[in-house]
Amino acid sequence: MRHDHLISANQLTREDIEAVLDRAADIAENPAAFREQQAGSVLALCFFEPSTRTKMSFDTAMKRLGGDTTDMGSVESSSVKKGESLADTVRVIQGYADAIVLRHPSEGAAKMASEFADVPIVNAGDGAGQHPSQTLLDLFTIRENAGLDDLTIGIMGDLKYGRTVHSLASALTNFDARQHFISPESLRLPRSVRFDLHEEGAQVREHTDLDEVLSELDVLYVTRIQRERFPDENEYHKVAGEYQIDLDTLDAASDDLTVMHPLPRVDEIAPEIDETAYATYFEQAHNGVPVRMALLDSLLTHE
Amino acid sequence: MSEHELRVSKIRNGTVIDHVSGGQALNVLAILGIDGEAGESVSLGINVPSDRLGKKDIVKVEDRELSQSEVDVLSLIAPEATINIVRDYEVADKLRVERPDFVTGVLSCPNRNCITQANEPVVSKFDVVDDGVRCTYCSTIVREDIADHLDVD
Ligand SMILES: [Zn+2]
Repeated sequence: MRHDHLISANQLTREDIEAVLDRAADIAENPAAFREQQAGSVLALCFFEPSTRTKMSFDTAMKRLGGDTTDMGSVESSSVKKGESLADTVRVIQGYADAIVLRHPSEGAAKMASEFADVPIVNAGDGAGQHPSQTLLDLFTIRENAGLDDLTIGIMGDLKYGRTVHSLASALTNFDARQHFISPESLRLPRSVRFDLHEEGAQVREHTDLDEVLSELDVLYVTRIQRERFPDENEYHKVAGEYQIDLDTLDAASDDLTVMHPLPRVDEIAPEIDETAYATYFEQAHNGVPVRMALLDSLLTHE
Repeated sequence: MSEHELRVSKIRNGTVIDHVSGGQALNVLAILGIDGEAGESVSLGINVPSDRLGKKDIVKVEDRELSQSEVDVLSLIAPEATINIVRDYEVADKLRVERPDFVTGVLSCPNRNCITQANEPVVSKFDVVDDGVRCTYCSTIVREDIADHLDVD
């Protein structure tokens, strides 16, 4: 990639994406060939929000490239607790590492951090903003299972606050993809994301009911609807229940449907689907390592 | 002396901002950071009848010539404004209000979860998009009532 940082999926061209996915495919094919690729490099893990998976995935990716990682630790135990700004934290930590992976609860945190850093910043989630490395592994998974062109995808759940959704929707505008967004009215895509999709001339439709579109889908991307988005428990159960899928739901789906989820899931996808050919979410999670290896390698070698 | 001249008198040197959307004169001053503390003489006409706008505001600032970039920021709240630079009672230059590509430090982001709203050494920045502005950091779009988000004290 020709970029200094990975902040938002909006910055990615089709060429950027394909270069990372191709490299990830090479890595997945022959991981041994990349074992020394980043020997001597250090990746800083700065997670201002709890995350186990994304952090482990980056940690593993860097180590499988022969590099090492250094972890800021939890916010409770760091200087942030003493009131240090993110800008200062980044300026200090960039002296310890060759790149920084950042997760932060505020939207725009990674963008701001990149203005204070001379080393690459990878946005691993900024509030309800973006999560572009997740998108790269999602695209890798879609490419392997359904192909990225002539694609019909349904993206369902919390589209308002779901940063994985915002990044994925934006990245898909680089491909010949018809995007269907399925959510309760209160959790539809934010105006800024709809604006971008419109600007890109994306083929987009919004629905409140999965049945309206399920039979047309090649991929169904399910996300979690969180309890705290609703004023009360009853309302949450009523609404969230309409966006959960089980085998009955999928009766109307194509046999080739690929079901994805960024995980962790709670009860959006019934466990009975796990053993079917639809289930692709564990494969998706595993793809995180080769894709993040490819991403880190390209950012660190500037190619 | 005509009725028009009575409302807002001529200035010798400075800037006349005319055809400001009715009621926006105080916001124009706020954007320009003019609060009278520097001793400049400022006169305002608010809700003056106008053929073109129905009602308009006029702002005259003595002994200060606005730059093109200052004028451009005004486009966000007063897109029809015309700006005359006055020297020795004569119009020496006319500036056209053009929408800038972005504005910094003028608006504050309405998204309370935006990094620009945290205690960080960062100045707000908005990209100017079709019929609105958009936070460069968190992407929040503001279309209506942009003047409500002026970041001025
Ligand atoms: Zn913002």
